[in-house]
Amino acid sequence: MKNMISMATDRTFAQFLKQCSMPNDGTLLPEAMDYLQALHDRGSAQLHEQSFPTTRDEEWRFTDLKPLQDTTFAPSAKLKLSAAEIRALMLPETHESFMVFVNGQLDCAEISNPPAGLLLSNLGLTFVSGMLLNAPELPIHNYLAKQLGADERFTALNTAGFKDVAIVWVGENTIVDMPIHLLFVAIPGQTPTWSQPRCLIVAEAGSQLTVIEDYITVGDGVHFTNAVTEIWMAENAEVNHTRVQQESQMAFHIGKTAVSQARNSRYTCNTVSTGAKLSRHNLEIHQAEEQTETTLNGLTLIGDEQLADTHSTIAFTKAHGSSRQLHKCIVDDRARAVFNGKVLVPKAAQLTDAGQLSRTLLLSSKARVDTKPQLEIVADNVKCSHGATVSQLDAEEVFYLQSRGLDQTTAQKLLTYAFAAEVINQIPVVSLRDRLAQQVRMQTQD
Amino acid sequence: MINATGEVVLLVQNLTAEVDGTPILKGLNLEVKAGEIHAIMGPNGSGKSTFSKVLAGHPDYTITGGAVIFQGQNLLEMEPQERARSGIFLAFQYPLEIPGVSNIDFLRVAYNSKRKHAGLEELDAFDFDDLVRQKLDVVKMNPDFLSRGVNEGFSGGEKKRNEILQMALLEPKLAILDETDSGLDIDALKIVSGGVNQLATAKNATILITHYQRLLDYIEPDFVHVMEGGRIITTGPKELALELESRGYLWVREEEEERVKVQG
Ligand SMILES: Nc1ncnc2c1ncn2[C@@H]1O[C@H](COP(=O)(O)OP(=O)(O)O)[C@@H](O)[C@H]1O
Ligand SMILES: [Mg+2]
Repeated sequence: MKNMISMATDRTFAQFLKQCSMPNDGTLLPEAMDYLQALHDRGSAQLHEQSFPTTRDEEWRFTDLKPLQDTTFAPSAKLKLSAAEIRALMLPETHESFMVFVNGQLDCAEISNPPAGLLLSNLGLTFVSGMLLNAPELPIHNYLAKQLGADERFTALNTAGFKDVAIVWVGENTIVDMPIHLLFVAIPGQTPTWSQPRCLIVAEAGSQLTVIEDYITVGDGVHFTNAVTEIWMAENAEVNHTRVQQESQMAFHIGKTAVSQARNSRYTCNTVSTGAKLSRHNLEIHQAEEQTETTLNGLTLIGDEQLADTHSTIAFTKAHGSSRQLHKCIVDDRARAVFNGKVLVPKAAQLTDAGQLSRTLLLSSKARVDTKPQLEIVADNVKCSHGATVSQLDAEEVFYLQSRGLDQTTAQKLLTYAFAAEVINQIPVVSLRDRLAQQVRMQTQD
Repeated sequence: MINATGEVVLLVQNLTAEVDGTPILKGLNLEVKAGEIHAIMGPNGSGKSTFSKVLAGHPDYTITGGAVIFQGQNLLEMEPQERARSGIFLAFQYPLEIPGVSNIDFLRVAYNSKRKHAGLEELDAFDFDDLVRQKLDVVKMNPDFLSRGVNEGFSGGEKKRNEILQMALLEPKLAILDETDSGLDIDALKIVSGGVNQLATAKNATILITHYQRLLDYIEPDFVHVMEGGRIITTGPKELALELESRGYLWVREEEEERVKVQG
């Protein structure tokens, strides 16, 4: 099917597409293979006549992908971590409810005593037996790559070549008590490699789920992660989602989170991004029906020459929706943070209540942030607010702590941590919260 | 005076200081001995807070002349944290709010930095918890305030009580209380001054900065100083405060001008 890559496709995308291949774990039935092939072809076709993003693109104004474009990547290998390595990466709360993917393909999984309505799976169904792709009555077809914005370039690239999918399916009225940990590990090779993790979360009506999506690098080397997560929430579902991106400083990371919310559903996303040399997170919330709630808490903590870009969109469509968004950046050295927060309130979305606050702490004179709220409000009876602050550490606060015996660096570190804590404290899994708090303290050390 | 030993805790000689090139302190002299309580009164803008911040080492103020000797050491050469660890404590006129740092963590870090300085082992969270709970009684503070952010959402009075709690833990040699009484209702004033009285011993010293005589009904000073234009222009016994209350500061200034004229 290589002929799907038309001559009109951008050279960089064409290079990536050439390396895309079908999953080959042998357990998939022919129907499933046909379905996946069609999906891959669709992704590939969506890149037809698309150019590679440059800073002349409004959506990529501050994030120059040239270094990514100038690197030649090869597909990453299918690898496994040792049991000891996996144990070291697990959280106490989730050691019986996790899936580990290495370079976008399932490594191992554990699920003990799951509630009846919970399915944790991957494409090949290597551990929870017999459903989804091999059983056409489960409508995965209705969800995978069906979110609005699926034609966005990097999303399409992922669709054109993902090797596996992490699937979390929560049945009607199922309350999942234990948090689910989805760990995506990148193991780079000798020369630059790339991988495309994919994740599908479906929360059926009245269900509740807490899920952690976690990106790390094990080992050294340049690599590129192009990840896509789709979350579908039916009526009255509740999902508490934490997304942590801590890949190595040699990584390029482009990630998409697309969420679709039905009536009365409640979605919370806590994002923490500290990793990668260059990262971009596209967070897109589509409030499809009335009375839905969205809460977004974001923290970006970067230094050195890192660049971290968050683009969020909350699209209201019906009445009585609400959203609360807090995005915080801590930027040190010569690093650069970007935040663009779009809120769309069309005519039909009366009585929307949307609040957005972006706060940045610059720790060095060379650090910089580009932050832009983008409220597009057509409805007239709404409550929408936004604010943005950029500040340095408060000298009076530093002095207050010094006057109580803390030396200057300890005082600065404590205040920096305090700034981050507002977001970190929202994470519902205690051990992860503690781990991140510890890392923030270390990262702000000189 | 609680059985003063005569040990000089603080000696300030002809101190001058400025901020952004504007002179604020213009030749300030003061001697404080162990066991003494000194009140510094004076109109707004006379330099009282500036003096307290200069003692604590605030970086905004430049010392242009004079000397400050604290327990035989040159205080002006020390960093703010060294001053704190050696026993200077400033209760701020406006304590800062630090959301995100829990009060108890803050108190423990402060307490341990002082212990470390003294060559003592740091207290772990458990032992510190026991200690801090005992100290809460000094200012009758609800333990719930320990888990909140430092001063976060505290009322004015609660912030002042939190300052005294820090003082109770750090056991300073010299406590400087800047307007600790302002903004307190009468019950809070009683609690705060009760705490200060409880902490004052023959071995330490206290400087109370206030512009209300009311505080001195609860904490009895050994000396009352009047500050004006960046200097201490007169010093007297505690009765001076009452006189200031009824006759106002203008009277002191006139007397001072008279004195200068006679001398000149
Ligand atoms: N950081 C500062 N920057 C500029 N002026 C200051 C600063 N601190 C104090 N001052 C000025 O110094 C004078 C004395 O202020 P302050 O010490 O606060 O007096 P008091 O506490 O007696 O009311 C005032 O005129 C005040 O405006
Ligand atoms: Mg003052």
